[in-house]
Amino acid sequence: MSDQEYIPKSKAGKWFNDRLPLLTLGAHLTDYPTPKNLNYWWTFGGILTFCLLTQIITGIVLAMHYVAHADLAFASVEHIMRDVNYGWLIRYIHSNGASMFFLAVYIHIFRSLFYGSYKSPREVIWIIGLLIYLLMMAAAFMGYVLPWGQMSFWGATVITNLFSAIPLVGDSITTWLWGAYSVDNPTLNRFFSLHYLIPFLILGLVVLHIWALHVPGNNNPVGIDIKKPSKDTVPFHPYITIKDAFALLMFMIIFAGFVFFSPNVLGHSDNYIPANPLVTPAHIVPEWYLLPFYAILRSVPDKLGGVILMFGAIFILFVLPWLDTSKVRSAVFRPIYRQFYWIFVLDVLMLGYMGAMPAEGIYLVLARVGTIYYFAHFIIVMPVVGLLEKTDPIPMSISEPVLTGGADPALARKDNEKI
Amino acid sequence: MKRFNIKSLLFIAILLAASFNKLYSAGGETEPLKVDWSFKGITGKFDRASLQRGFQVYKEVCSSCHSMQYLSYRNLGEPGGPEFSKQEVKAIAASVEITDGPNDQGEMFTRPGRPADKFKNPYPNVKASIAANGGAYPPDMSVLVKARPGGSNYIYSVLVGYEDPPEGITLDDGVYYNKYMIGNKIKMSSPLSDDIVEYSDGTQATVDQMAKDVTTFLSWAAEPELEERHRTGVKVIIYLVLLTTLVYLSMKKIWSRVDTEV
Repeated sequence: MSDQEYIPKSKAGKWFNDRLPLLTLGAHLTDYPTPKNLNYWWTFGGILTFCLLTQIITGIVLAMHYVAHADLAFASVEHIMRDVNYGWLIRYIHSNGASMFFLAVYIHIFRSLFYGSYKSPREVIWIIGLLIYLLMMAAAFMGYVLPWGQMSFWGATVITNLFSAIPLVGDSITTWLWGAYSVDNPTLNRFFSLHYLIPFLILGLVVLHIWALHVPGNNNPVGIDIKKPSKDTVPFHPYITIKDAFALLMFMIIFAGFVFFSPNVLGHSDNYIPANPLVTPAHIVPEWYLLPFYAILRSVPDKLGGVILMFGAIFILFVLPWLDTSKVRSAVFRPIYRQFYWIFVLDVLMLGYMGAMPAEGIYLVLARVGTIYYFAHFIIVMPVVGLLEKTDPIPMSISEPVLTGGADPALARKDNEKI
Repeated sequence: MKRFNIKSLLFIAILLAASFNKLYSAGGETEPLKVDWSFKGITGKFDRASLQRGFQVYKEVCSSCHSMQYLSYRNLGEPGGPEFSKQEVKAIAASVEITDGPNDQGEMFTRPGRPADKFKNPYPNVKASIAANGGAYPPDMSVLVKARPGGSNYIYSVLVGYEDPPEGITLDDGVYYNKYMIGNKIKMSSPLSDDIVEYSDGTQATVDQMAKDVTTFLSWAAEPELEERHRTGVKVIIYLVLLTTLVYLSMKKIWSRVDTEV
C-alpha cells in the first residue's frame, strides 16, 4: 500500500492524530486506490454494510418492545405491529431486511466465485467473509424463532434436533442447547440473547474483512494485479462512494417495494399462527435463504450423514482457495470454467427449490443429483478444470484491454506466471 | 455463445420454478376464488362501508366463537379502519361486560367496556373454546388472514365454499365439507346464510355479500396499517427515485473526469 504520510492541517488535528491516528485512517479510506473498472457486482460490499447497520438499528428498537417469553412473545410482536408508533414499519424493515441481507450476500459471494476474488492473495478476506456468512445464518435462524409462531417453533425443533445426530453425546448436547427437554421458554430466551450478540460479532468481523481487503486491495473484473495508485485506479472518494451510493439507492427501491407493498411474501403464513407444540405443520420449511442447505440435509437417508453433508457444503468453501488450481483469477478469461460456473449457479438454485418441496419422489431424486453435483463442482471440477483449461489471453493492465490491442500471447503467459 | 445458452437456461429454470410453486400444495381442495379486493395493489384502500358491515357480521356471527384478542375497541375508530365515530366506538365498547380488578377489597368485578379494552374473548380460555366446539379450536381472528396461504381470497372462498360432499366421502358428525378448505373437512358449520344479519345501510345481506364484507374486515384486522403503509410506500419510492436520479447524474459527472464508463 502506498499511503503517503498524512499530516493534519490544524494544530489540534495534529495533536490528536499523533495520539490516535484516526485522521490518518480517514485519509487512507478516502484516498484508497481502487481499480477503476469495478462493475456493479462490486457495489454489494457497501450494500451489505448498509444491511448490517439497518438490522442492528431496527433490531435495537424492536428489542425495546419485544418480550422473550414463550407465553408473551407472539403477543408482543402483535403489540409492536399495532400499538408501537411505526412499529409495523420497523418490524417489516427488520424481517424483510434479513432477506435483503441474504440476497446481497449471495450476490457478493457469487461475484467472488466468478472473478476469483477468493484466490491468492485474498484467501483471508474470503475466510473472514465465510465466518460472517455462518454467523449471519445463525443470527437469521434465531431471529426467525423469536416471534414464536408455528414455523419459529418447528424450525427451531428441526434444526436443534440435528445435533442429536452426533454419536454418544448428541442427545445431551441437544438438551443442553434447549435448556429444557424440548424447545421451550429457556430456548427462546437464549436465542434472543444470542440473536442480540451475533450482529456485533459480525460487525467486528466486517472491520477485519475490510482491513484484510485493504492490504492487497480490490480484485477487479479482469482479475489481474495492478499498480496502486496508477492510471488503472481511482481514489475511493468520490468515485467509488458515489457509485456505491447509486447502487445502494437502487437496492433500497427494491427493499422498499417489499417492505411497503408485499411485506409478508418472503415469510411463511404459518408463522402468524402462535407456536403449538402439539400441532406439527404439514411442511416445515426454513426461510428461502437456507433452502439449498436444507435440500442437501434431506437428500441423505441417514441423519448423521445429512448433517455432515450440510455442514460440509459450507465448510468446503473454506478450502476453496486451495481447491481451485487455476492461475487465472477472472472467469472472463476461463472459457471452460465459465460454463461450469453457470451450471453451479443453476445447481444451487435447483437445490433451493427442492428444499421448499416435500422430500419425496422426483424432488428427492433431483435433490440428490444436485447435492452430488454441488460437491463435485468443488472437489472435481475446480481442481481438474484449473489444470487442464487453456485460458484466454490476459491484458497487461486495465487500461490496455486485450481485445483492442491485439493480444500478445507471450505477454499473457508472463502475466499468468505472476499470479 | 454457449455461455448465453446457459444463462437463458437459468432464466427458464427460474420461470419454471415460479410457476411450479403454484402447483405445490394442491391436495383435493380447489384453488381459492379470486376477488378484486379494493385493498390490493400499491394504492389499495379498504372500502369503509364494507368494513363497517364486516364488523357487524363479525360481531353478530363470528364473535360468538372466535376471539380477536389483539384488537382494541378504539381501533374501530382509528384512521384506515372502519372509522366508526367516537360515540359509536364508545357504544360498541360499552355493549360488552369486561371483568376487571381486583379492586381495593381484592375482588374481581364487571364493568361496561371502554374503547381502550381489548376485544372480549367469547371463552375464558382456549381449552374452554375447544370443549365448546366439538374438539376444534376456533382460531383467533386477529391475524387469521395473514396466517393462511391465499389470505383474503382463501378466507372468502371457505365462507362460500360449503357444499354437499362428493360421492364416496363420508363425514363424521360435526364435520362439514368445504371445497376450498385445506383437506376439505371443516368442523365449523356454514356460518352464513342469507339475511342472517340486517345491514343498517340497506345492503342486501346475501351470503356472498357478507362473506366479502367480513373478509374485508378480517383483512383490516390483520393489517390495520395497510392504508398508511401503502401511502407511505408511494412517497418513499418517489423520494428514492428522485434521489437516485440526482445521485446518478452526480456519478456521471464525477466519472466524466476519468476515461472509464460507469
